[in-house]
This record gives sequence, structure tokens and C-alpha cells, in this order.
Amino acid sequence: MKKLLMATAATALFAGVASAEEVKIGVILGFTGPIESLTPHMAAGAELAMKEVSDSGLLLGGDTVTSVRADSTCVDSAAATAAAERLVTSDGVKAIMGADCSGVTGAILANVAVPNGIVMISPSATSPALSTAEDNGLFFRTAPSDARQGVVMSDILIEQGIKSVALTYTNNDYGKGLADAFQSAYEAAGGTITISAAHEDGKADYSAEVGALAAAGGERLVVAGYIDQGGAGIVRAALDTGAFDTFHFPDGMIGSALTDNFGSDIDGSTGQHPGTDSPGAAKYEAMVNGAFEATSPFSPESYDAAALIMLAMQAAGSTNSEDFKGKVMDVANAPGEQIFPGELAKALKILADGGDIDYVGATAVELIGPGESAGNYREIVIKDGKIETVKYH
Amino acid sequence: MDFLNALVAFSNYVLIPAVAYGSQLALGALGVTLIYGILRFSNFAHGDTMAFGTMVTILFTWWFQSMGINLGPLPTALLALPFGILGTMILVLITDRMVYRFYRKQKAAPVIFVMVSLGVMFILNGLVRFIIGPGDRRFADGERFIMTAREFKHMTGLKEGLALKTTQGITVVTAVLVVIALFWFLNRTRTGKSMRAFSDNEDLALLSGINPERVVVYTWMIVAALITIAGVLYGLDKSFKPFTYFQLLLPIFASAIVGGLGNPIGAIAGGFVIAFSEMTITYAWKKVLVYLMPESLEPSGLVQLLSTDYKFAVSFVILIIVLLFRPTGLFKGKSV
Repeated sequence: MKKLLMATAATALFAGVASAEEVKIGVILGFTGPIESLTPHMAAGAELAMKEVSDSGLLLGGDTVTSVRADSTCVDSAAATAAAERLVTSDGVKAIMGADCSGVTGAILANVAVPNGIVMISPSATSPALSTAEDNGLFFRTAPSDARQGVVMSDILIEQGIKSVALTYTNNDYGKGLADAFQSAYEAAGGTITISAAHEDGKADYSAEVGALAAAGGERLVVAGYIDQGGAGIVRAALDTGAFDTFHFPDGMIGSALTDNFGSDIDGSTGQHPGTDSPGAAKYEAMVNGAFEATSPFSPESYDAAALIMLAMQAAGSTNSEDFKGKVMDVANAPGEQIFPGELAKALKILADGGDIDYVGATAVELIGPGESAGNYREIVIKDGKIETVKYH
Repeated sequence: MDFLNALVAFSNYVLIPAVAYGSQLALGALGVTLIYGILRFSNFAHGDTMAFGTMVTILFTWWFQSMGINLGPLPTALLALPFGILGTMILVLITDRMVYRFYRKQKAAPVIFVMVSLGVMFILNGLVRFIIGPGDRRFADGERFIMTAREFKHMTGLKEGLALKTTQGITVVTAVLVVIALFWFLNRTRTGKSMRAFSDNEDLALLSGINPERVVVYTWMIVAALITIAGVLYGLDKSFKPFTYFQLLLPIFASAIVGGLGNPIGAIAGGFVIAFSEMTITYAWKKVLVYLMPESLEPSGLVQLLSTDYKFAVSFVILIIVLLFRPTGLFKGKSV
């Protein structure tokens, strides 16, 4: 009798837990590797959204959301695939927020997300090649394709009257994709690229590479690399030898490490990274309130990626990827009530009542084509050793 | 004016970096050559011993920095260097006691020694990564430049700048001092003479009462000092990363072999031959040639013989050419 009572009590307890489920979402980013200085702020952004939803108690009748972190390494596809496989098979995540770098994102998509039918939203993979990757409707990104960044970059340089540049890129999917996109846009706009040379990450010395870039010449050096890797080495060697004084930096190079390393030595350099002047960005910054760097590249995108996953779950009334993958575009785009950071509770309620939302979020999310952001960019300039915003594109 | 500009551009991108790099290689190659000449094997653990010494120096540098000790315009690492050398000496003497001595007693063939040093290399490889991690470390502080490119342009009014980094200056000065001290030691002191005697003819040296174990200990200590200095100079000038140090093994061996294994002068010459070949073959000559040539002959391409990715290939090719046509090296060393 006693045993039976206990068994019943235990069953009742389990039933109670089951009705308010714990939903796990994988956060797979390169916590080690070439962009390790950016990823803590990205993961914190995604987890901020998860906490907001958990605290509201409104997701699918009171589900809580927890994050499971994994290391994509940014560069090692095999390690990233193994980490993602672990998330799906042993941790049982319902969706993946990530990955970060384009190469590993493609590998995880093809080897883990598609075979297991798991929705994946990347905050920062920008390679144009991912637009056409086979994804069964499971892959989205809150970062724009570099095909767009190449055009914006070319516009910024042409606008400043710079007609000839030297270009160096990190030798991987991201660097090559961006360099090609930029080259075709810039040359179409009448600019000249004196040299387009790849550099390998992780070398001790880049003076030979800079020697070749300097020989080709150009008004400015475009460095499509990583700030924690070869990109920084190239800039250091170019400054040391006096080959170039000013640079142009795409998103992988912009971060606090850039100004920490070089300070006012690179005054007058320009750059751009995904960003927006929509009220969402300011709201996000206010919400973070200094807990981490809210303006760090891809941190707001990460918040948005996590938010979209959870809102799509709510709209579909299910945490099953096959059910909610079709809802991601719906909640991200018009029509519906505009949703900004900090308003996820409101959005969950509207969706629960059968209403429609248009998620704007921290980065003015607008998903186009195969599920990628249309792309807003912040143009920056380095002044007195600080990154300053010029305007938004 | 154009000629001066060409000369300055050449110095800035080729001459100065190559002299600094060559000095670092020469110090490393001297270590290889001493071990080959006296202990009679090729030490594959060389690059990783270098990484170990640099690591100890970096740890001491951090400690000094945290206590606020520094050398003003000079890098603090110079102050930490003696401690790094001491640490490396202890390490190599321990490995010699624990590993190499056993095989020496067995009178093992040189090829066995090479394999043993390969094992030591893997252990050190792991040890260094375990202590300081596999990442990139910069530990240079103090003044970065003796003369910046911008200052030079202002001073001379030339179009090309000439930068001279403090670390490049330190490298060359230190290398010269170390080489002078080494040659003085080998040629003038009793211990140095006994080392050379031991290298020339082991049996004869033993007959004349030279204690072989003493020679071995001195050799290891000198080698430890040489490669720690080489490693720290390289790390100051570029950056410290265990994997790069492991890769340095190739150009260092190439330098020692090109110069003639077992011949100290050859090691120095070899270091500069390798450094200059790597630099000149991968340099894009367009800038220099544009200044020198009449307008009609100016090159439109980059005039770069090999892409910089093939830097290591240059060492390999030189190594093969030397081994094919002059196996004893440029200066007469032992044939491999």
C-alpha cells in the first residue's frame, strides 16, 4: 500500500513537470578560436532572450527555456559537427542558435541540422554560399549575406572618393566570399583593386604578406579577416613598416580588441558591420544595461535569433522543429504588431491569442529570400582611438 | 632620388627584416650545430626546447610586470631572459640525465638518438601547451620603435618610409654579442678547447683525459642559453606561439645544414642565406623596380617569384640543392 501511494505520488509529480516542460536550445558559437572575443557577448544576448521568455511564463503554457552551450571553434568543421551532434542527440535541444562562422555553420547544417530535422538560426554566418545551401527550410540567419556587405562596403569607399585599394582576406569561406562580393561591387562602381591576396591565420609574422600588398599599393588597405587572428597581424605589420596608414574593416575586424590593440594609430580608418538605428538597438542596449557589451558585433543578432526561435514555437504551438520551421518567416515579417526587445512577453501573449506579430527586435529583422536578414549596416570611423558611428546603411 | 627611394623600400621590406630573422635563425642553428658536432645527433626537440625557454621567460616577464619592474624603453623580457635560460638549462640537463644518457651508455646509433629526440619533442610540445596554452602571446613592452616610418619620411623628405623596430635592433646587437662570446669561449677557454677536441676526435680526446660527461653538460648548457635567446628574440620581434616555434625547426635545420653541420661559422652564414632567400624570393619587387626602371619598362605585375604561402618551400628547396651538390655544406662541416 505504502509503495503504491509513493508510486502514485511520484507519477503525479512527473505529470506536473511534464505540463511545464523545460525546452532546451543549443547555443553553438566559437568560444575558442579566431572570434573568441566576440562570442561571449553573443551567447549572453541569446541567453538574455531565453531568460526573458522563461520569466514571462507564457511560452506554451509555462515552459521554461534553458541554453546549452557548445563550442563551434569557428574554424574546425569536424569539431563543430561533433559538438552539434552532441547537442541534438545527448542534450536533446529543440533548436540551435548558431553557428557563428560560415564554414562551420555550413558543416553543421549539412551534417546535423538537416539529417535530424532541427531548426538552426545563425546570428553571424554571412557567406553568400549559405543562401543556396540545401536546408529543407530549416536554416535562417539574422545576419545578412556578404553579397550585401560587399555592396555597402563598396558604396562607403566610393562615397569617400577612394578609387583604388589593396585587398587581403582570411583564407576561408567567410573571407573569400566577402572579398569576391566586394571586388565585383567595387569594380562595377569604377574602383580598382590593386591586389587581392589571401592570408593564413595563426602565423607569427605577416611582414612578407604586407610587403606584397605595399608593392601593389592603393589608397587604403581592406582587411577582410578576423580581429583575434591574422587580420590583427596584417594591420600590425602594415603599421610597423609604414605600408598603409588607414584601413577599411568589415565586420570580422570590428570589436573592442581593434581599438585596444591599435588605438589612435589607425585614426581615419573606416569600416562597417551589421547594425541599425532602429529604436530596437537602443532598447536592447538599455535592457542589457552594461551586463555585457550590447554593441559588440552580432550580440543583438544573437538576441534576435533566439527570440525568433521561441516566438516561432509559440506561433506553431509546438517545440518540434518540423512544426515551427514554417512559422519563423511569419513572426519575423509584417503584418502584425511590431515587437521590440524587452517585449517578448507581449509577443507571446498576442501569439497565444491567435494574433499576428512583426518581430523587429534589436536589429530591425526583416527576413528575405531563403530566410536571411535584408541587412542594415552601421558605418564607422576610428577617431582618436575610438570607434564612432558615421551613419546607417 | 628614385634610387634612394628604391634603396629605402628595399631596406624596409627586405634588408632589415631579413637581418633580424637571419640573426634569430643563426642563433638557433648554432645550437643545432653544437649538438650535432659534440653529441653527434640531430636534435628534433630543438624547436620545442626553444618554445619552453621562451615560455619560462614570458612567465618571468609577467611576474616582473606585475611587480612594476621594467627596463624603461627596453622590453622587460631582457631582464627575465637569464631566468629563462636557467630554466631551460635545468630542463635540458634533466632530459639528458633521464633520456639521452641511457642511450649514450648503450653507444646507440645516431639514428636512434634522432628518434629519441623526436619523443622528447612530443613531450615538450605537450608540456608547453599545458602550461601556457596553444594561443598567441605578445610580451614585448617598452618603446616599439627606434625610428618609425613616418618619422623617417619627415626627416628625409623621401617618399618611402624606413621603420626600425626596437626588437630588430635588440636582436642584431644581442646576436653579435652572443656570437662573440661563444667564439671566445670555444677558442680561448680550457672547457671550450676540450669541447672542440671532443668534437674533432672522441677517442683521442678521451685518451688525453677529457671528462666526456663534463663536455656533455657544458654543451647542453650552452645550447640552452643559445636557443632561449633565439626564441625570446623571435618572440619579441614577432609573437610567441608554440606551433610557430615547432615549425621553426625546418628553417633552423636548413640553416645548419646549408652552412655545414658541426661548423659554427657555417651555422651563422646558413642562417642569413636562408633568411635572405626566403625574403627575396617571396617579396614583390614591383615597388623597388618602379623606382629604378625608366617609365616605359615599369612592370605592371607584382614581380613576385613565389607567393608568401610558399615561404617554407624555399628552405626545403635550398636544403635539397645543397644536399645534392655539396653535402658538407657551404663551409666544410660533416656530411649528413
